[in-house]
Amino acid sequence: MTITSKSSNKSDPNQSELIRVKARLALNNQKTKTITVLSSLLAVHDDLGYLPLEALEEISIFTDSSVNEVWSVGSFYPNFRFTPPATHSVEVCWGPTCHVLGAQPILQGVLKYLELDGEGDTPDGMVSLKYNTCLGVCPHAPAVSIDHRLVGHASLEVIIDRIKNLLQGMKKNSNVKQRGN
Amino acid sequence: MSQSFSSLSKQALDNWDVLHDSPWIRVSTGLMGEAAGSDDILAMLKTEIQRLGIEVNISEVGTTGLCYAEPLMDVHVPNMPRVVYGNVKPNQIGDILKQHIVGGQPIKEIALASIGGQVEGLPKFEELPMMQSQVRIALRNAGQIDPTNLGHYIAMGGFQGLDKALSMLSREETLEEVKNSGLRGRGGAAFSTGTKWSFLAGNPAATKYILCNCEEGDPGAFNDKTILETDPFTLLEGCILAGYATGASNGIVFIRHGHDSPIERTRSAIAACYEAGLLGANILGSEFSFDIEVSLVGESYVAGEETALMEAIEGKRSMPRFRPPFPAAYGVWGRPSNINNIKTLSYVPEIIRHGAEWFSSIGTEKSNGTAIACLSGDILYPGLVEVPFGVSVRQIIEDMGGGDPNGKSIKFLQTGGPLGGLLPSDQFDMKLDFDEMVSAGAMFGSGGLIVCNENRSVVDLTRTLIAFDQMESCGKCFPCRLGMSHMLEILERISGGTGHEGDMELMERVGVNMRAGSLCGHGQLGYNPVASAVRFFGSEFTDLLEGHEPKNIGSFVGPLSTRRGAQIDRNTPTSIVKPDFVSEVQPSSSEVNNKVQE
Repeated sequence: MTITSKSSNKSDPNQSELIRVKARLALNNQKTKTITVLSSLLAVHDDLGYLPLEALEEISIFTDSSVNEVWSVGSFYPNFRFTPPATHSVEVCWGPTCHVLGAQPILQGVLKYLELDGEGDTPDGMVSLKYNTCLGVCPHAPAVSIDHRLVGHASLEVIIDRIKNLLQGMKKNSNVKQRGN
Repeated sequence: MSQSFSSLSKQALDNWDVLHDSPWIRVSTGLMGEAAGSDDILAMLKTEIQRLGIEVNISEVGTTGLCYAEPLMDVHVPNMPRVVYGNVKPNQIGDILKQHIVGGQPIKEIALASIGGQVEGLPKFEELPMMQSQVRIALRNAGQIDPTNLGHYIAMGGFQGLDKALSMLSREETLEEVKNSGLRGRGGAAFSTGTKWSFLAGNPAATKYILCNCEEGDPGAFNDKTILETDPFTLLEGCILAGYATGASNGIVFIRHGHDSPIERTRSAIAACYEAGLLGANILGSEFSFDIEVSLVGESYVAGEETALMEAIEGKRSMPRFRPPFPAAYGVWGRPSNINNIKTLSYVPEIIRHGAEWFSSIGTEKSNGTAIACLSGDILYPGLVEVPFGVSVRQIIEDMGGGDPNGKSIKFLQTGGPLGGLLPSDQFDMKLDFDEMVSAGAMFGSGGLIVCNENRSVVDLTRTLIAFDQMESCGKCFPCRLGMSHMLEILERISGGTGHEGDMELMERVGVNMRAGSLCGHGQLGYNPVASAVRFFGSEFTDLLEGHEPKNIGSFVGPLSTRRGAQIDRNTPTSIVKPDFVSEVQPSSSEVNNKVQE
């Protein structure tokens, strides 16, 4: 598995500068009192939805660390992503309770529906699928999180329906912009 | 009682009374509610109240523990017992408001129970099967108070323990009280909390830390998140008391990033405490000052290990450190630190308030107090139960949990998290007790009990547990990083019916080497799930190896590579190929048995 963080848009210096400004704003508005590389990564990631190279550089300046140190921490935690987020997110829990109560058929069905081989984004950038180790709502297993809202007692039909609705809603409403900003 | 606390207390009680003079609806929101659809309930409630033009207070509370009945609505009408409605549907809200609040007639057909008095035709809340044997200490306010409202907590007796300690007890006496109560750590190791605190209290350093571990990466456990969501104040009070007893000046509440509601509720509780003078300089007018902040971590199971947790607080990769030096000497930022699980700290306020004797009278001789069990899986009433130690597992599963929802027989429990083991149904008469469970080879761990009925395959579940463990290996120690992947690879082929002769022995070898060569419990206990599965259900593995058809085992999709880079090859058979200069620990059968028992 190789992960790389790319500059958001090399040909557009304005875009690049905008990301830096946003990152600096997020860094200065952190809710935690103790500022660390990790807290900075979380704050910027929450705000931008991903960590482009410019953001990593801003974090390294802000925390007085090298870009390598920032990258070392960022690449360790799987909740960080380094490419722009897909429009919608689907997280399927495969923890033991969900597994016992039928997470595998849901997971495999969703993969098939989205035509994916595993975790990741659909080629059109509409949906990102993530395996979640535990969504924390075991009494309502199997659990799925769609656009960061939990769905309990999930079934494959319900989840596919929800995803369908998301995608159709997108087509109808072309004004909807990317999440995470 | 200090002057500042008596005014806080008076104000809280006055407000509490005023609140009860008009209709008051508690809706359980948070993660559990959200998964059950409480968003729709809350939205509908607000619309209907406006439409009917009535005055109703609404509080968002955490789960009561009766997760099977979510979304839950708890309706108070002045001068009437409270009535709890379970599994509420949005289209029932209008009727509940009209008939119960306006008309004064609870709808018994859809109500679950009554609280604080008898309503004819309804059971009392505490008499519900799931509530019957419960003794609630850490969860005493679950679902009862608004977790962001300090006044509610104080009205329920909150901060009396802190006030008592600050105005009547010295630091040493507070520590002695916790020691005498027999409180033991609820994170899994069951070490005496008082003794642990005394290590930190004995360190003369000026800056010392109390770290509260709410990381809870264990799948199947949800009690930490529940405490944060239903009653973060009890944790904060426990944390402040720990600071007072040990002479620490700072507290850090360590939570996994990702779930908003536990984090937001904890942050707002901390802000409320600062505003009321319960945190900060000179708490309640005393000499004692204490600060608490929330520290967030990315997704990492190993971050729950105490030294890895300190690394994460410092903003680094959550990888365990070498020990010694131990945290009480060299902890976070190099300062002396004490780490307690959130559940442990949540007991402290009531211990100080009611005294050590009261606490030690609950439970068994060596395991005092209560245990919080999280029920999930094949069970009729999934949710949280807080029971005194000494209650049998059977009582929890059958009487309180209601057994399998479809009347199937229960085959085993998975306990102790992903590094824990199995408990077969013939051992369900085992009493909840730290020592008894350990000597019987079971782990209570953080309290997750995943119930599996007769249709579930042990091999299948074991594969999922090992898939979790290999993915969550932090990668620092190679025996764990590679060993977990290797074990998963072997389990994958056994599950698929293409296992090799000697695979079980190979896993044992890998496991014993992981135990010998890993820095923290993740690698050391990594073979546990397999060892326990083999011990109780070994025939399921050997059947598959002998060529029987796999039963109830499907194909497995999940992270089949560690996030730290080791890849699983599903097709190539592997064996351990080691250079001559590498020595390997050979398992002896007694060693493996000991391991299971530890």
